[in-house]
Amino acid sequence: MSVPLPVFVAIPLVTAFLLPVFAKRGKAVATVLANLATISLLVLAIASIGQSRVYEVGRWSIPLGINLVLDGLSSLLLLAISVVSTAAMFFSIRYMEQYTARAKYLSLFLLMVAGMNGVVLSGDIFNLFVFLEIASLASYALVGFGCGHEELEASFKYMVLGSIGSIFILFAVALVYGNTGSLNMAYISEAIQSNGLNPGLTFALGLFIVGFGLKAALVPFHAWLPDAHPSAPAPISAMLSGILIKTLGVYALARVVFNIFGISLATGWLLLTFGIVGMLVGAFMAFGQWDLKRLLAYSSISQVGYVMLGIGLGGLIIAKDGNLAWASLAILGGLFHLLNHAVYKSLLFLTSGSIQMSTGTRQLREMGGLAEKLPVTRATCTVASAAIAGIPPFSGFWSKLILVIASVQAGYYWVAAIIVFVSLCTLIMYLKVQRYVFLGELPENLQEITENRGSMLVAMVSLACLCVLMGLLLTPGLRASIFAPAVKVLVDGVSYSANVIGM
Amino acid sequence: MLYALCFLLFTIGLYCAVTKKNMVKIVIGIMVMEYAVNLFLIMLGYRMGGVAPIIGRSDLESGLGGFVNKSVDPLPQALVLTAIVISLGSLALMISICVRTYEKYGTFDITQIRRLKG
Repeated sequence: MSVPLPVFVAIPLVTAFLLPVFAKRGKAVATVLANLATISLLVLAIASIGQSRVYEVGRWSIPLGINLVLDGLSSLLLLAISVVSTAAMFFSIRYMEQYTARAKYLSLFLLMVAGMNGVVLSGDIFNLFVFLEIASLASYALVGFGCGHEELEASFKYMVLGSIGSIFILFAVALVYGNTGSLNMAYISEAIQSNGLNPGLTFALGLFIVGFGLKAALVPFHAWLPDAHPSAPAPISAMLSGILIKTLGVYALARVVFNIFGISLATGWLLLTFGIVGMLVGAFMAFGQWDLKRLLAYSSISQVGYVMLGIGLGGLIIAKDGNLAWASLAILGGLFHLLNHAVYKSLLFLTSGSIQMSTGTRQLREMGGLAEKLPVTRATCTVASAAIAGIPPFSGFWSKLILVIASVQAGYYWVAAIIVFVSLCTLIMYLKVQRYVFLGELPENLQEITENRGSMLVAMVSLACLCVLMGLLLTPGLRASIFAPAVKVLVDGVSYSANVIGM
Repeated sequence: MLYALCFLLFTIGLYCAVTKKNMVKIVIGIMVMEYAVNLFLIMLGYRMGGVAPIIGRSDLESGLGGFVNKSVDPLPQALVLTAIVISLGSLALMISICVRTYEKYGTFDITQIRRLKG
């Protein structure tokens, strides 16, 4: 089935603006409508796996008009976005009962989804910026949704750093337009290949890396993340940590660096360094946290480091003219980890939301012994912790194994050592979560709590099943249809332009 | 020369956003950066003594080559319009967050708004 590409942006966008109208007829109508939107996006994303085509908006042929491009990498990201947003949306049915203004929440949620879908589909660099701003603005508002002291402070911090990132990206877009005379990614890439990089374009690449780095919370630019992600409502934390930082940051950065500018030795080392520093700093900072969601947020920084490490290592091997098989393997590991992290980190944030809703606290020291009171939350949280720590046969193990194999085969033994070491740190950090939340003495004031029911359980259990089953994605058939096209997009690099113009 | 001044404006905005302690001043700094980038976009398409990029009847009769040689580039103008709308949206959101924060904390000083740390 061939799905028209604008549908991915149109469905959430139109639903987002219809919701305030329907909200007058009751919250239930708006909730059902929003869930239908995310579920239909999930179906469409699954249907479009393995396809690749170009859609010209308004039938203006490129480079005159704007085009939307669906290729392997885009469909992988679309899949991740729709899986996490469906689960988070379903979770919100019950979780958001503690907040007012349900329709506004759902509208902002869908705007964020529309922006992210637009970012992964856009083939025009200014259009990418516009969609990025849609998603970012919705996320700033959602972080401050609770309107308490901490939410507003976190939202302001996030918004200042996010806006600076966006302005850097806009500046880079302007520089690229001035130096190549085109805004279409394929034509920019072609112009760069034929004329080479001049100082203006190199500066633009630097601005892109800083701008997308701010969005992805790569390590020198990560200051906003540990405040912003815990302050949002739990389903939004799941969306932010699960996919927003990957779509706006990692995906956009990979697209610009690999497909537009072409990977070079310097950018390859830079991405690898960002990855390793992120893994180490995130893991060490997470140890000392006693706020459950804050610990999870620092762990996100560490896990995004893995994704950057895989992509950067692959790019480095390509730039060194090394064996392309190991480069593909490293990129496969990075992208598989991206998908895995989207699933288990959103699950962890959902379980933290369930715990917070039952106990009313996020502080690890105030909890304990919840294993009996919250059996389902406990089981799903354990599955997700095992997956993130890389215990076989859960999903995280396989992506880390691929990364280790790729780095050993390519001769980067120290990288493999760091991957294993950080994995060990992750295991310790999640053992701490298990120990303080679910084991030990049940405090006096928590004797009366009960397990959450309904939609929250369904969302958590289905994500937990995915965590267990994701390893199956590596079986040859599924791997060929889901990951191989995505890896090929990055390995082929600047031949992206020839593919898009030829399509 | 003009580009250098534009970049200077950008760095002034960045300096203001990074070093100021008052929330409203940080917002002003961000907006100065935004306007510097808008100005840069406009200057990219500008041409000394150029005409507005609207094709008239006389241009069609005398051939489009001459028109293309003297008109300014319309694309950056369209981009700037979009960028202004986006920055207006983010400005409104930022200012409303500032106002709500002032209601909660009673100050705009970010050194006193520090509940989150670690």
